[in-house]
Amino acid sequence: MTDVATDVNTGELVVFWVCAIFAVVGALGMVLSRKAVHSALWIALTMINLAILYIANSAPFLGMVQIIVYTGAVMMLFLFVIMVVGVDASDSLIETIKGQRVASILLSLGLAILLIWGVGNGLVESQSVGLEAANEIDGGNVQGIANLIFTKYLLAFELTSALLITAAMGAMVLAHRDRWQDNPHQRELSIARFKDGGHPGNLPNPGVYARHNAVDTPALLPDGGTSDLSVPRAVQARGDERPLDRVDIAQVHEITEGKSE
Amino acid sequence: MTGSQFGLFGTDPWWLVILKVLAIFVMLVLLTLFTIWWERRVVSRMQHRIGPNRVGPQGLLQSLMDGIKLALKEEIIPKAAHRAVYWLAPVISATMAFLAFAVIPFGPTVSIFGVETPLQLTDFPVSVLYVLAIASIGIYGIVLGGWSSGSTYPLLGGLRSSAQMISYEIAMGLSFVAVFLYAGSMSTSQIVAAQQPIWFAVILLPSFIIYCTAMVGETNRAPFDLPEAEGELVGGFHTEYSSLKFALFFLAEYINMVTVSAMATTLFLGGWMAPWPLSLWEGANQGWWPILWWLIKVQIFIFVFIWLRGTLPRMRYDQFMKFGWKVLIPVSIAWIMIVSVARVLRNEVSVTTTDILIGGAIVIVVLLVGSWLFQIRQDRREEAEALAEAEALSAEFDPMAGGFPVPPMPGQQFTYTSRRSLAQGTTIVQEPAPAGLEASSDDSSAEDSNG
Repeated sequence: MTDVATDVNTGELVVFWVCAIFAVVGALGMVLSRKAVHSALWIALTMINLAILYIANSAPFLGMVQIIVYTGAVMMLFLFVIMVVGVDASDSLIETIKGQRVASILLSLGLAILLIWGVGNGLVESQSVGLEAANEIDGGNVQGIANLIFTKYLLAFELTSALLITAAMGAMVLAHRDRWQDNPHQRELSIARFKDGGHPGNLPNPGVYARHNAVDTPALLPDGGTSDLSVPRAVQARGDERPLDRVDIAQVHEITEGKSE
Repeated sequence: MTGSQFGLFGTDPWWLVILKVLAIFVMLVLLTLFTIWWERRVVSRMQHRIGPNRVGPQGLLQSLMDGIKLALKEEIIPKAAHRAVYWLAPVISATMAFLAFAVIPFGPTVSIFGVETPLQLTDFPVSVLYVLAIASIGIYGIVLGGWSSGSTYPLLGGLRSSAQMISYEIAMGLSFVAVFLYAGSMSTSQIVAAQQPIWFAVILLPSFIIYCTAMVGETNRAPFDLPEAEGELVGGFHTEYSSLKFALFFLAEYINMVTVSAMATTLFLGGWMAPWPLSLWEGANQGWWPILWWLIKVQIFIFVFIWLRGTLPRMRYDQFMKFGWKVLIPVSIAWIMIVSVARVLRNEVSVTTTDILIGGAIVIVVLLVGSWLFQIRQDRREEAEALAEAEALSAEFDPMAGGFPVPPMPGQQFTYTSRRSLAQGTTIVQEPAPAGLEASSDDSSAEDSNG
């Protein structure tokens, strides 16, 4: 890592500064946004920019997985929940957990110390052989990651997956609801519909005449009567069903047959 | 390609990169215009109509005119819309649709103005993952479009659409795994090169079928076009969009269709390589000819898209999700298991008659396990049914079971109890239940359909 400064070319610098600025702006926007959806979008921006930085640093697999898993799946689920639940700026921002701020500041300080210590340790103490040599061992970046995950870090990898599966199972158990009976299927529903002499298919529409284009107008039957099924029962119960205007019909007949003239 | 893995990639001069980007952009826009016209003509033929035939030869310019008209239309932005996000959503959709094409190989190395260059914008070790990543960002456009419209139907359409795309993306990603195993690479150009003797569609047929199913779900096309189910959701996520913003969504949808078709071509149909009878001719896989083979293969996929739309009715949403999660994903996982076992055996064990024996053994094991699982399921179902029946017949309804007032279980008769008499421990007063309380689910559904 001694010749880092000399290794960087202009393109790399441009990518770094653009992505770094976007990533930091995204992180700030995520904290400062008042709308939950906007926060989610800002953090998605941060993640995508981090992924671009990974790719620029010759870690294409990591960058792609970052986008697919974090931006594509995790943030998408967050968005889902936020949209469906409808968290909004109008919601109360009173903190319900006591000492939340102090705890979060302490925790972030601790994390920062850990990270700085860990990364600093790595930079100072260990000897780096360079990316080319590291990739050379297994014949490529992806192959190298695969080799490490499935040999040296197999246990950690499997434990992580077990943790995730446990979380998924927990969510399923919490969301599970035992049904007493199966939901009725199309077949059962249609049998039930016809068993008691129900009406096949849709009920007849209300009659639409020239003068009353409304649901309180009953449909005309071929025999000249009216169909009770065509008027909603609520309208019938209120007594609002419009009686058939036989005079009008007679008039129409007269006009069409030219008798009135 | 000789030398290092990605020999000529990343060595293009800047003007050639810009030229390639422009060529891909123009090609995608033209392909979109063509596909819309082609779809309308083919569907018309399937429905005994004529279709657009007025503007240009055979109506070829119809979609161009429609596009111009769409762009010049009045733009209506709903009052409740979240302006910035509402604006951002179609932009994300369209940009991501174009971006995915950066890694699609169109042909072999050719010479453009004296520079030797592959007919592909770029390639890197994980370019297939790149396409998946871009697709997953593209979903943001749809979700945000649905949400920012500030209206119910678009929100529901957006949620449906993203749930659908995420679910089918899993099946799609799993169908790639077998290809990666056989090609030994995740880069598109190397996957094409690995299909030299035989296409992956032939040796990895189940993966191909799974991919083809998932790609229709991924692009929200019929019979999986639930996000745009007109009868339920008006237009789905883009209901509140108009003018150029709607045009961008429209463009993105058609480009996505071309993208998934191009991916299918690249991963399973040998990419730009000439198909069998043509490959006998020496020059078929050299120079500019492969672009033609590539285009024909992609057009075949697009024709199948249109054919499906003209043939199949839309699926019900729950059936569709069940199909994705309970059929496609388990089947692809099982198939990956089989493929990787076969790979390991071929790598570790010498290839002799054992190969055949092992293959047979695998088939037998799969059949045995399958029938065993089926038997267990059948037994369980019968047992549960018998148990439920017995319970329903034997158990008497206890309205205070466990010390709490509870409703009757299915099959139990509802009885009225006098609390005072229960407290005194004397008699249970049994009265006939009123009609309203006894209505079973069947009756209520019949009521619904009548009301």
